[in-house]
Amino acid sequence: MTDICSLSLTAVATALQKKELSAAETTAACLERMAATEPEIAAMLTVDADGARSRAAELDRQGPDPALPLWGVPVTLKDALSTKGLATTAGSRILEGFTPIYDAFVVEKLRAAGAVILGKANLDEFAMGSGTENSAYKKTRNPWNTAKTPGGSSGGSAASVAAGQCFASLGSDTGGSIRQPASLCGCVGIKPTYGRVSRYGLIAYGSSLDQIGPLARSVEDCARVLTVIAGHDPRDATSDPRPVQDYAAALTRCDLKGVRLGLPREFFKDGLTPEVRAACDAALQKARDQGAELVEVSLPHTDAAIATYYIIAMAEASSNLARFDGVRYGRRAANVKNLEELYVKSRSEGFGQEVKRRIMLGAYVLSSGYYDAYYRKAAQVRRLIRDEYLAALELCDALCAPVSPVTAWDLGSHTADPLQMYLMDAYTLSLNLSGLPGLALPAGLGRESGMPVGLQLIGKAFEEADLLSIGHALERALPHIGRPQI
Amino acid sequence: MAENKTISPEEVAHMAALSRLSVSAEEQALFARQFGDILGYMDVLAQVDTENVEPLYSPAQHAAPGREDQAVNRRTRQEVLANAPEQDGEYFIVPRIV
Repeated sequence: MTDICSLSLTAVATALQKKELSAAETTAACLERMAATEPEIAAMLTVDADGARSRAAELDRQGPDPALPLWGVPVTLKDALSTKGLATTAGSRILEGFTPIYDAFVVEKLRAAGAVILGKANLDEFAMGSGTENSAYKKTRNPWNTAKTPGGSSGGSAASVAAGQCFASLGSDTGGSIRQPASLCGCVGIKPTYGRVSRYGLIAYGSSLDQIGPLARSVEDCARVLTVIAGHDPRDATSDPRPVQDYAAALTRCDLKGVRLGLPREFFKDGLTPEVRAACDAALQKARDQGAELVEVSLPHTDAAIATYYIIAMAEASSNLARFDGVRYGRRAANVKNLEELYVKSRSEGFGQEVKRRIMLGAYVLSSGYYDAYYRKAAQVRRLIRDEYLAALELCDALCAPVSPVTAWDLGSHTADPLQMYLMDAYTLSLNLSGLPGLALPAGLGRESGMPVGLQLIGKAFEEADLLSIGHALERALPHIGRPQI
Repeated sequence: MAENKTISPEEVAHMAALSRLSVSAEEQALFARQFGDILGYMDVLAQVDTENVEPLYSPAQHAAPGREDQAVNRRTRQEVLANAPEQDGEYFIVPRIV
């Protein structure tokens, strides 16, 4: 049999159901791959080898079950997702040693579907960053070139998928944190519509923006995982009650005949590097060859989106992260005189610099005298941006755009200037403002860097089935980028 | 791009106080410069006409349904206290308040 770790999730799930593979040998293959690649890529914060092996053995004793779509499939999870009995840090020193007492909704769903959880993947501290370099624990490296960033904030998830350590990983996306690392590591990732997947048990960053979704090595693999994790959960008041579709069964398109793709004029302007532009142009030509009709659309408030996003994200972060006070969980400072000092010292010792920046700016834009000029104003512009997206989507079936203006950059090369880092999120964050679903898939390799370039399809709210079906057809038309040599 | 804004170290100290954070003198100077850049950039929003635009605070498409206000014992006391840095089996322990 070929190397287990190079199979798709779809192929491995089928082989497991047919007993061509056991859960134990599949898990062992992934753990072995992890042991071989971790010294180079450092994707994982916690590896639960014993837990994974015993879960796989238990599944083998029970035997495959067609009602469990991920039976025996090894996966990893971004370490912002709570896992009962398994350390969860959010990439922060303030949660060092924290062990959740419950599973996130998506973790419950994965377990119930028969998945084997291998461990927890690295991330920017509290998901605040675009390169996973803000993790308090380690720097993850891109499997395509270990001198480069895997992107972020779900960089550990993307690297673990690209390196073949697992068949899928769950990430979270507040402003591009699934789609951008998926692109930089040559994976597929989807940010579902806001409300499609319950956020219960996700350590919150920006609650009106956060959404959990899968990263995997194909559109079909993502569709299978999304089918498992989507659904209503009364424990998240923003979880939407409409029924879940079988997204893998909905991948019925063979080509793009009759599909109208909208190209936002503002996304193809001067910001793209030449190799990203070239890879996107080539991919769009393939879409045309497959029968897609490409139309230009306009999103006039694109220039205001970054400011709008960061004001809202920082405001929500300052509120969400107020819970870390050294009393109920997490780090607690020693030798304090009073309660106030306990809060201040515990937080100051526990949070890294980027987290402090965002909390402080968030407190500022919410503070008396500035609330109207910043926070309320941003919420008004948010509505303009959302309405503009809805209008553009009236003119086409999906929007098509780059994910990141650049391919993966050298580690350490962009850490000194936070504003420059924020500007790199220009193509992803509007979807979080508007709540719409976005699917990132590899368009090709950059001709100068040889690193993966991602393309993004943006769909209508709760129409993930159509979005994935278009993505599946486009994926078949695009050149396969191969795998990283690691 | 918008003009840089001047943020003083005193303003940074005020923002830290609002956030229950302390920042060193060195961080105060660094943050003052970075916050000036970032908030200057945010001023792009002042150019956007938002007259009569209702703020959009959440993209959720449904109204969260009301629920009965019923007490539920979902966690045991032991579970709730399990991650506390200091507790006595009954309560969280904090420095003396009164």
